[in-house]
Amino acid sequence: MTTTTPPAASIPPAAPVPSGNPVSVSAQTLRKRLASPYASLAAIVIAVLWTIPTFGLAVTSLRPQNSIRKTGWWTFFSDPTITFDNYREVLSGGGSASLGGYFINSFVIVIPAVIIPICLAALAAYAFAWIDFPGRNVLFVMVFALQIVPIQVTLLPLLKLYVQFHVAGSFWTLWLSHTAFALPLAIFLLHNFMREIPRELLEAARVDGAGHVTIFFRILLPLLTPALAAFGIFQFLWVWNDLLVALTFVGSSTSVAPITVALFNLSGTRGTAWYLLSAGAFVAIIVPLVVFVALQRYFVRGLLAGGLKG
Amino acid sequence: MINAPVSDLGKFAQAGFAILLFVAVVGAILFIASRFSGYRGDRATAAAFLGPTVILLSVGLVYPGLRTIVVSFFDAAGKKFVGFDNYSTIFTTSDEITILRNTVLWVVVTPLVATAIGLVYAVLVDGIKFEAFAKSLIFLPMAISFVGASIIWKFVYEYRPHQGSIQQIGLLNQILVWCGGTPQEWLLNTPWNTFFLIIVLIWVQAGFAMTILSASIKAIPDDIIEAATLDGASRLKMFRYVTVPSIRPSIVVVLTTISIAALKVFDVVKAMTGGRFDTSVVANEFYSQTFSADNQGLGAALAVLLFVLVIPVVAYNVRQLRASEAQ
Repeated sequence: MTTTTPPAASIPPAAPVPSGNPVSVSAQTLRKRLASPYASLAAIVIAVLWTIPTFGLAVTSLRPQNSIRKTGWWTFFSDPTITFDNYREVLSGGGSASLGGYFINSFVIVIPAVIIPICLAALAAYAFAWIDFPGRNVLFVMVFALQIVPIQVTLLPLLKLYVQFHVAGSFWTLWLSHTAFALPLAIFLLHNFMREIPRELLEAARVDGAGHVTIFFRILLPLLTPALAAFGIFQFLWVWNDLLVALTFVGSSTSVAPITVALFNLSGTRGTAWYLLSAGAFVAIIVPLVVFVALQRYFVRGLLAGGLKG
Repeated sequence: MINAPVSDLGKFAQAGFAILLFVAVVGAILFIASRFSGYRGDRATAAAFLGPTVILLSVGLVYPGLRTIVVSFFDAAGKKFVGFDNYSTIFTTSDEITILRNTVLWVVVTPLVATAIGLVYAVLVDGIKFEAFAKSLIFLPMAISFVGASIIWKFVYEYRPHQGSIQQIGLLNQILVWCGGTPQEWLLNTPWNTFFLIIVLIWVQAGFAMTILSASIKAIPDDIIEAATLDGASRLKMFRYVTVPSIRPSIVVVLTTISIAALKVFDVVKAMTGGRFDTSVVANEFYSQTFSADNQGLGAALAVLLFVLVIPVVAYNVRQLRASEAQ
């Protein structure tokens, strides 16, 4: 990393280009021409390595309980028997391994925990980007700096605050915590997007007599939709997949805990019951996966704009 | 009251109420703000737009953070001042030193391997026919929770005693058996089990590395690539002397971002081994000390340690970013 790499310019000039040969090949085709069979093979190996663990568990979730216990999932292809019993058991309301209720909880947690920080961050980012007020830069740097605070540092004092205000163990603890944890990154991301909007556009609106509130709703919000989507999908994945915050504030409470906590507990208590774990894992995975695939474009854009919560 | 079982409908009603309450509060603030105009109006609007955020950040991040720093200088019950005792415990007890060693392994190995794989894959699939599909295969684990990823990999590592007619159901052990080896308990044998946990985070983060680096590779000006190709640079030389130097700033950002993620890793360790068999890391030990062992002081000190370790990495990142902007 620290060794000095020769800059691009220092490549030794190799075989000279025959004169009279017009240089009309575009770099794009050159890039393509570079693809060799070995390169393709290496890419396929990596792709298979990355896919097979998930694929194995997916196949397992569809096999009968007895087969899962006795043979590996790869034997499925010589003796394919498909059953949905595992999913039925995991989703049904009755059994001790039921995840259905937790699945609902996850939705209840995630909806406000995405909407509230997006709205607050959009307002704050607007103020930082387009309103002149004393102390603006200092405050912005402070908010920016809060991104680096690991949430571990906040957990115990927050838990005590929640107990003091009699909201411990309720959805409120998760909504409030996820909102506070999301704000610094959200403001930073939206601020970056907002600075790209031409100043003239806003000044013209101001000259026409529009107030900040009008400008925010009529002009900026429509322009910001891609940025809001980018952050929305981050926050959705973060909250849906979170274990630490949920474990700390709501524990394993059946009526509040999200599906990650339920899955975590299942893996602790029924660690070898793969017919339950495989189906359970897929129930938990499917929602973020669908959201992710559907909104991948926005997600990538957000990533490139510097948004990954550590 | 608040913990009484509620119907599913009731839960959604609660969520709806929360959102409505939020909308009402913000709406009222905006309404008041829009009454002001001119220079005074700017200040009033700024206060209205920023007020809720400042309150939430102060209560949700700043106060708890400061409180934890204070608690880290107190004993287990948070009553008696003990100075730096908690910190010296972290660096002198043998259990804690194992934890620090593991954390260093995570922070060093994860970013290097994940970035290397992401970079190589990004180069390999650049410009091929099924690029988007090939990328999404590596990318998808990013959508999966660490708990889900842990279950997926625990199944790969699953061990069955090697005797009689018992067949392996974990892929890794089966491959070992096919190759004539004896099945291993991958998650039990120290110190190698930590590496098998690290693989899970690499599996998740390589997609992140690939995405960022692939975008940078595509941003390399075409004439540079053209020139190098006409000069007869081989594929390998091109990678070494053109691609890597051109995207160096992105590589640094990816490395540091993943190292921060590795530093804070909790879910993977908690879900796969619970920190047993010498696999614990700082973030997991923080959780155990704070919420299981009821040692507030030590837990707080571990959290502060995480905080302190993040700062230089972020500072370096910011400086890199400034430098690249200045160019």
